[in-house]
Amino acid sequence: MADRPWIMRTYAGHSTAAASNELYRSNLARGQTGLSVAFDLPTQTGYDADHPLSRGEVGKVGVPISHLGDMRALFEGLPLEEMNTSMTINATAMWLLALYIALAEERGDDISKLRGTVQNDIVKEYLSRGTYAFPPNPSVRLITDVIAFTTEKVPKWNPTNVCSYHLQEAGATPVQELAYALVTAIGVLDAAKARGDIPEERFPKVVGRISFFVNAGIRFVEEMCKLRAFTELWDRVCRERYGVEEPKLRRFRYGIQVNSLGLTEQQPENNIIRIVLEMLAVTLSKDARARAIQLPAWNEALGLPRPWDQQWSLRAQQILAFETDLLSNADLFNGSAVIEAKTQALIDEAWTEVERVLEKGGAVAAVESGYVKQALVESNAARLRRIESGEQVVVGVNRYEEGVPSPLVADLDEAIMRVDPKVEQAQIEALKDWRAGRDQDAVDAALKTLKEVAGTDANLMDASIACAKAGVTTGEWAGTLREVFGEYRAPTGVGGAQVSRSEGDAVQQVRQRLEAVAETLGRRPKMLVGKPGLDGHSNGAEQIALKARDVGFDVVYEGIRLTPEQIVASALEEGVHLIGLSVLSGSHLELVPDVLKRMDEAGLRDVPLVVGGIIPDADAERLREQGVARVYTPKHFALDTLMGELVELVAERAG
Amino acid sequence: MKRSGASTDLLNAEGIAALASGVLAGRKASVATALNLVEDRREGSRRAVGALLRALRDGFAGSCHRVGLTGPPGVGKSTLAAALARTLRERGRSVGVVAVDPSSVRSGGSLLGDRARMGFDPGDEKVFVRSLATAGEAGGLSWAAPAAAQVLAAAYEVVLLETTGVGQTETDIRHVADTVVLVVQPGSGDVLQFLKAGIMEIPDLLVVNKADTGALAERATSDLRSALASTQAAGLGEAMPILATSATEGRGLDALADALDAHRAADENLATRRRRGAVAWTLQLFRRLHGRHGVETLGGDTALEAAIDGELDAEAPPTICAHLSERYLAAVGRRESPPATATKETPR
Repeated sequence: MADRPWIMRTYAGHSTAAASNELYRSNLARGQTGLSVAFDLPTQTGYDADHPLSRGEVGKVGVPISHLGDMRALFEGLPLEEMNTSMTINATAMWLLALYIALAEERGDDISKLRGTVQNDIVKEYLSRGTYAFPPNPSVRLITDVIAFTTEKVPKWNPTNVCSYHLQEAGATPVQELAYALVTAIGVLDAAKARGDIPEERFPKVVGRISFFVNAGIRFVEEMCKLRAFTELWDRVCRERYGVEEPKLRRFRYGIQVNSLGLTEQQPENNIIRIVLEMLAVTLSKDARARAIQLPAWNEALGLPRPWDQQWSLRAQQILAFETDLLSNADLFNGSAVIEAKTQALIDEAWTEVERVLEKGGAVAAVESGYVKQALVESNAARLRRIESGEQVVVGVNRYEEGVPSPLVADLDEAIMRVDPKVEQAQIEALKDWRAGRDQDAVDAALKTLKEVAGTDANLMDASIACAKAGVTTGEWAGTLREVFGEYRAPTGVGGAQVSRSEGDAVQQVRQRLEAVAETLGRRPKMLVGKPGLDGHSNGAEQIALKARDVGFDVVYEGIRLTPEQIVASALEEGVHLIGLSVLSGSHLELVPDVLKRMDEAGLRDVPLVVGGIIPDADAERLREQGVARVYTPKHFALDTLMGELVELVAERAG
Repeated sequence: MKRSGASTDLLNAEGIAALASGVLAGRKASVATALNLVEDRREGSRRAVGALLRALRDGFAGSCHRVGLTGPPGVGKSTLAAALARTLRERGRSVGVVAVDPSSVRSGGSLLGDRARMGFDPGDEKVFVRSLATAGEAGGLSWAAPAAAQVLAAAYEVVLLETTGVGQTETDIRHVADTVVLVVQPGSGDVLQFLKAGIMEIPDLLVVNKADTGALAERATSDLRSALASTQAAGLGEAMPILATSATEGRGLDALADALDAHRAADENLATRRRRGAVAWTLQLFRRLHGRHGVETLGGDTALEAAIDGELDAEAPPTICAHLSERYLAAVGRRESPPATATKETPR
């Protein structure tokens, strides 16, 4: 008898709750078996749509959920007791879960029957994804509050989904991915144990509810071994560290989204092949098979995917599960000497790194000290260097670049999804109506209680559910906790990162040119690098900052989550010769013109502004018309060439 | 106006006067332009800097408090500087910050990452942050830092100077700051190292940062107190206040701000200290250009110091240095500019 297939999901959500609801219904009708909710960046970072930082981000990379009313619209007509809902939500996971539970209770559902996942993993937010809201210790407390609550009251819920996915996206090697995910899980479980309010007999069940969210890259044999290694290492941790005896509770349960990092802008049609091969890594071996799979879309390096693009990826899953004979077979690799040796090597190396991080005080301490971040930045720099030198082959990028143009991208502007810019204003208006129509006294009272509980060690779940029911907004919930917990900026990892020893002539030439420009200017060319908006994927900006330093720029690295006002103020105070901004969330047309306008007002008209990101050609043209000096997209992977251009830009303006 | 360097209108007297009045009025654009000029290594710009600093001194009451923050890497100096600046802003003081980061030995470039962690309100006209690279300079300060501090001191009530670290050569900070704060971590043993290296002569205040827990903070400060007592007994250092802070949690900052005020108020020798600092800075500028040969040609350290001191009432250090250069070049019989290698930064 064939095995049951994995849960098939599509990471989806955009514009409004109502539009996303429609999308979910059609995805389910097409054979998708679970929901995966993508939230927009304001919702992920705990800001209302009318906050200055939300500008341009509302409804872009996911659905905006500002309050219970939005949650109602999102799940309109979808029976919660029957759904398996995965929510990619972290800093504000408790809040979105509270809204979900409030909705279920309002509908008269039995919350103990709810099934699903909140990602609720903060460590990788500091390391890679950047959508954190609070400092590490309060964030860990929120995670364990959710764990303590759900293991008691919503027992089928996965309260945290430890993510190695984003570590690979940030450049992690398989060994680093294994090690840092495991220390994250250990950190969460140790913290849950230290709370003291989870009865000892329930703790094995808590361990059993920990699930993982993993990545798989194109080297699919090694990736499969990585998953076999994960299975064994997790079993070891559960047994040795937490004394879990029941094998079922020690199972390595994971969902997966395959690699987006390796998707190319050049010859993008090839990406569907990469996606399918990567899916093999997490399905071929029965003993290490994913429980839920979501695949990226072929055109993600170009812009946001359309429903058809996502459907194509879903079809790939369906063909593998239902047409092939994969699910009729036992594990194909047990007894293979090659696979076992590779797996064992990964286990040994990863465990050494696990022990190293635990010696440094564990995951949170290694985040705060910048140790892990720096290791990832270095790995990513090494990866980019291998691609740039051709050592790592990427078809269509550094080999076999010539080919017949793809009809799929004949009209590039039609080959991606566009979010109507009116969505943001509509969400803001709806939010104002919501605030006007609710019982303000009830809201104030609920927030007051939330604040009081936040100042104690008590579980914040009940107070959050009460807030949800009273009509509190996402920004109010997070804002109240910010008042108690404070805000935080994670280490950038770029300061101490080392780069390669081997350097080509190209770098030397850029350096010499830069020195000459420095002589003309009287001081060393200085560049500001930063990310406007709420998008926290800082890997690209970090690599540019590092490379710029290594060709001789003085680089002011501003990090993530900057307002246009902050960027321009920094550029002025720092006296930079060049500004480089990175935007991956699709909000470039809102944010970049605002920066330009403010530069004009500050008298910085002469300072060239360059922009990098996922930027469609037509948008790039518009940005250039408005005064952006250069637009870079993923196809500009040759950093030496790019740096040469930046030096020339400074030279031109220096006269 | 080109922002990329000193434009010609900055090199004449009117341009300098206009720039100086902008700085004195605390206009950010003027302060930024003045700092760009300060960092400019071209000879014409160096002359303009001398004139600018003089103009600033003439229009300036000298009430600014210049505070140096020094200490080994990783003790949280930037976070402390940011938290202290916020505390000072809450007290209504305007604040200028100079944050110094190391330059890469290989490329000469640098990553100036401190700013990202400071998180000031960009609309606040009364706080200004400038990052500088060491550019191969020993001592944890940038060559441009003293002049940058002078510019900021003319525009803001408090100037915070954060160095890259602390080493055996680091005495520069004392020439620039009215109050030097040495920042250490609890239980790091750093202090004993500093004692041995004689660095404990630098600070006016000791801060144990990252004292996130009460017990740890107390133990760390008491350890320090006893360590200091033993060196004083050996005649190696002076009594100084020891404070515990947690910049991330915002603890101990009011006490630090009070202690800084108290040090400043009690310092009867401030004018002498500043004068000595200015002499040392001028001598350093000259030595950078002409080395030991330069110093010996003009009669040695003591004679030069006296010469500099004699001119300080009339001119700013960069101008005095230029005068000394002329004397030196005349003495060695060369009329041309100093050799290019001496003005170029040389990454170590």
